[in-house]
Amino acid sequence: MNMQVDIPTDAEANRILKLACLAVGGQGGGVLTDWIVAVAEANGYVAQSTSVAGVAQRTGATIYYVEMTKHTDRLPVFSLSPSEGDVDILISAELMEAGRSVMRGFVTPDRTTLIASAHRIAAVSEKIEPGDGRANSEEVLTACSLAAKRLVAFDMETMAVKAGSVISASLLGALAGSGALPFPRESYEEIIRASGRGVEASLRAFTAGYERAMRRDESGDVIEMVEEPAPGALPGIRGPEGMLKKWQALEARVQALPAPVQDLALRGLRKVVDFQDLAYGAEYLDRLDRAVALDSAEQGHALSLAAAKHLANAMCYDDIIRVADLKTRAHRFARVRKEVGVREENVLQLTEYFHPRAEEFCGTMPAFLGAAIEKRPKLFAWLDRRLNKGRRIRTDSARGFAMLWMVGGLRPMRRRLLRHKVERAHLEEWYALALGTVASDYALAVEILNCRRLIKGYSDTHVRGHSKYARVIGALDMLRGREDAADWLRRLREAALKDEKGVQLDGALKTVASFA
Amino acid sequence: MAERSFAKEVQKLRMGAGEEFSGEGILAITKALLENGVGYVGGYQGAPISHLMDVLSDAQEILGELGVHFEASASEATATAMLSASVHYPVRGAVTYKSVVGTNVASDALANLASGGVTGGALIICGEDYGEGSSIMQERSHAFAMKSQVWLLDPRPNVPSIVKCVGDGFALSEVSNTPVMMQVRIRCCHVHGSFIASDNRKPEFSVRDAMENPRRDTARIVLPPASFLHEKEKLESRKPAAIKFLKDNKINEFLGGATGKIGIVMQGGMYNGVIRALQRMGLANAWGDTDVPLYVMNCVYPVVEDEFLEFCEGKDAVLIVEEGHPDYLEQNFAHILYKAGRTLHLGGKDVLPMGGEYTGKVMLDGISAFVRDHAPEMLAAPLRAPNREEDAGSVPDLTGKIPGRPPGFCVGCPERPIFAATKLVEEEMGKHHISSDIGCHLFSSMPPFELGATTMGYGLGPASASAFHADGARRTISFVGDGGFWHNGLTSSIGNAVFNKSDGVIIVVDNFYSAATGGQDILSSRATNKTKQTQNSITSAVKGMGVKWVRQIDHTYDVGKMRATLKEALTTDMEGPKVIVASSECMLNKQRRVKPQMNKAIKDGERVIKPRFGVDEDVCTGDHACMRLSGCPSLSVKTLDDPLRDDPVASIDQNCVGCGNCGEVADAAVLCPSFYRADVVHNPNERDRRRDRFRKRVIGWLQTRRESGRLVFQEA
Repeated sequence: MNMQVDIPTDAEANRILKLACLAVGGQGGGVLTDWIVAVAEANGYVAQSTSVAGVAQRTGATIYYVEMTKHTDRLPVFSLSPSEGDVDILISAELMEAGRSVMRGFVTPDRTTLIASAHRIAAVSEKIEPGDGRANSEEVLTACSLAAKRLVAFDMETMAVKAGSVISASLLGALAGSGALPFPRESYEEIIRASGRGVEASLRAFTAGYERAMRRDESGDVIEMVEEPAPGALPGIRGPEGMLKKWQALEARVQALPAPVQDLALRGLRKVVDFQDLAYGAEYLDRLDRAVALDSAEQGHALSLAAAKHLANAMCYDDIIRVADLKTRAHRFARVRKEVGVREENVLQLTEYFHPRAEEFCGTMPAFLGAAIEKRPKLFAWLDRRLNKGRRIRTDSARGFAMLWMVGGLRPMRRRLLRHKVERAHLEEWYALALGTVASDYALAVEILNCRRLIKGYSDTHVRGHSKYARVIGALDMLRGREDAADWLRRLREAALKDEKGVQLDGALKTVASFA
Repeated sequence: MAERSFAKEVQKLRMGAGEEFSGEGILAITKALLENGVGYVGGYQGAPISHLMDVLSDAQEILGELGVHFEASASEATATAMLSASVHYPVRGAVTYKSVVGTNVASDALANLASGGVTGGALIICGEDYGEGSSIMQERSHAFAMKSQVWLLDPRPNVPSIVKCVGDGFALSEVSNTPVMMQVRIRCCHVHGSFIASDNRKPEFSVRDAMENPRRDTARIVLPPASFLHEKEKLESRKPAAIKFLKDNKINEFLGGATGKIGIVMQGGMYNGVIRALQRMGLANAWGDTDVPLYVMNCVYPVVEDEFLEFCEGKDAVLIVEEGHPDYLEQNFAHILYKAGRTLHLGGKDVLPMGGEYTGKVMLDGISAFVRDHAPEMLAAPLRAPNREEDAGSVPDLTGKIPGRPPGFCVGCPERPIFAATKLVEEEMGKHHISSDIGCHLFSSMPPFELGATTMGYGLGPASASAFHADGARRTISFVGDGGFWHNGLTSSIGNAVFNKSDGVIIVVDNFYSAATGGQDILSSRATNKTKQTQNSITSAVKGMGVKWVRQIDHTYDVGKMRATLKEALTTDMEGPKVIVASSECMLNKQRRVKPQMNKAIKDGERVIKPRFGVDEDVCTGDHACMRLSGCPSLSVKTLDDPLRDDPVASIDQNCVGCGNCGEVADAAVLCPSFYRADVVHNPNERDRRRDRFRKRVIGWLQTRRESGRLVFQEA
């Protein structure tokens, strides 16, 4: 029996265009899909769209799907979901979702135009790591460019927000600009106009997306990563004449440092002087000099660089004086107004959330007094009962502001306070440990400095940071003398930054113990 | 009021004969019900048929004009019990719910209904939540049809086919005196398409007619001896009548080539997927024309044996495309072939997977394998002997490099602080056994909260903790949402706990709506609803049930209070269940309601205060402790332009609605002072402005004073 297939094969009419859209719930994927269907229908196509509604729309990853073909007198048979290896256009409203579509096989080099916003919406799993848990954007973008026939990727989110609109509009613009669908720009714009809501803003975002997508490189791609912010420019300095003079002397000391260390050292110097005073800046440079003296260009000044960074952070511990000081500055008020988008004619009310405990109170006492209270558990507990509660302070009110302003004004006394004594002792111990290791294992010394990163946060988080630091540093005895000691210390530190409770750190420590 | 309004779309339901109706699948189903003279409609929301309930709810005026009664049923069991109106009266009724979870709940009523049988057409529209995007256990509705002997329709997933299926369903039900289930899958419910409308028909016999002319017949009651007769009826008269109807009306379709040595048998819902696979294999065109013979079962239960055997006539091999497991159809077909002494090859789960959705790739691989084995000459060379090495390895493998993105609480969700408080209580008092329930609150089982050990069904959270009963032992905590509470929880969970003197803690998460399904109103909704009695207090119901220890929390965002109340519940000496009703409005619905009002008020020059949270980036140390108690989409991480800082800091984006969770959690968990709440007063009045001027003067003076004595590292 002859089973030769005899079916109409008018190539053009027979062609079904398949478009999938991956979005994060709440991004307006539904609106975008409706627009695309409307554009297709306006251009003599029949189109079908589907989606998976339901709980996935609550901030989870969602897929919308559209198929279209030229209108004929017969109804085509469309599929209801995208299939691996069979997608012409894939729109992704976020970079990792683009990566997910590549991973799932929806993007293939033979046919898929991938239109992706290069911005990130961090997933919960990325946000809850105590360190930096974010996925590697560059790796994903590279995979996208290899997987797609054509890639159109740039930050469509920021573009939309700037236009006062939402990402669906700039995505539509990028789709139109990519030329992946055979429809003219005007017809997209007409559909937006017909939608009747926020038309002007949508059109602005559409235009921005369209124009950026038109600027293709020689291979037809548009690839623009969202760059991490470059080190900020250092603003000017003002202040009383005498102080400025002394500052210049400190700056001169920085200029005497090896060139590669200067930038970080200057930033560190500014930070500590801002935290306390010029004398504190001198103290910082004195300490830094000790590292520089042990360092060399052959080592890439790694020790000095680590010291410049972590000394500054360690010296600027987060006490309530610092918080009060930062929260009452004029510049901070200007920043808040800008961030929140307060207009000139609006009034801003500002509430701060403080929760001081007896620990903070004692830390702000003169060292002998604070230590004396801490030695008396009953007194300490009594104090804690009176102090330990949430306090909301209105920094837009004269009273609330003045209160914080006065706490910030304790700055000149800081050196005599208990917290300073404790922080200083810890710093000296850590720094001496690192510098003492240079002679035997330079790389290990650098890693000891870097472990300072573990100490951060306030109250319980701070205590936990300290304990992680102690556990990591405690492994030194097992590591010393090993060739890969520095590498292991780094691994321990990274494990400690993976989760809150230090479960991964425990595992890593066990591994170390097993070979020690 | 529901999340999505169909007020505009429902006007299409008035369309008359010859007009082209275009819209979503669910809207088309509603139109089809009206065209078929339905007398009453009920159901319970849940994806994928939530919107069907929303459409019906928004269409009440039109339903009223036609004399059709609509109810938002209390549960799927209620909805199915409602169909008993068609037992004695020739009135057509339809109900809808999510399947299989809804069918599970309904099965008591369904079995009773199926036993006695119906006079008027009774149609159950099952939204089949199987495969990608599904939020429930992966089971089939098919089993319910088989066990209760009700018929299961599974139309091709396009709008005209679904619409036709509704009419066929009613007719089939009436001719065989059997309720009929019609299965529509997730994507089919949301598919956009069009069909040519007919006029709406008023029910020939309405519920009013029935009430005015009551009838009874003991033979229809499920009691011996009638129940034994029902079984006999099912087998001897109802099923044969159904099969005759299916054959006479050609409900199942013979498509594709008339002859051929292979053929494909499929559930109607699989048709588009099968055609797509054939298109990709070069065996079908865009319109579905193909030489491969196809037997499309728009009715999957009962099976029409003659049709199947006729289809197999002259074929060497037949492939069964049947999604899900167990493979009831394949087993049935194997049985039929064996009995008929046929020896052709029966393919199915050998080339297609036993479980999981039949996605495009699964279909392509399975059908290709089948055709390759049994009719390779039909295939072009590359498909006949595919070169598997092709393309492999050119794209880097991203497995493990893309973070998962499960659904979670929305921006400003009032449930977040409840679970933040629970997590804080556990940090203080140790782990407890926690039972979860169905609803948005089940997201608590995901990071960052990771609370809850089991979920056993709607409204059954506290019930599922009932075994844990031991004097003086650490108490259990169980959750139930307001939706689950009214669906089943009040009796099965609360009543059970009271009666058995449970010592556990029960938290009722009350967000004023059936929120996870799209914000439908329920008994305790706070809004007034024209056709429903709302504002019934959960606390009163709980007390009425006999609970002695009840605490009502009206502002869940107060994490401190939430935590203290939970601690009290876990430690009080009071006997019996401890119930906390935690109430705050679903933020998604609240914003939808409030945002336009607020924007209008600002525009009209009224004084409006808009709250938002922010983070002082120089105070934040980048430890992310706040995010481990939040997971809010608007609270994220950002890299600073300061090379001294290694870790990204917290940052709040413009989507923040100022719910308060960030500040409350920072306070309750003693996290850090980096959060601030910024209340922006729009259109401030004279008093605001005067006070603002005064404050700015004082603050400015203090700031200048301090700056004069120090170096300032900022541009002036």
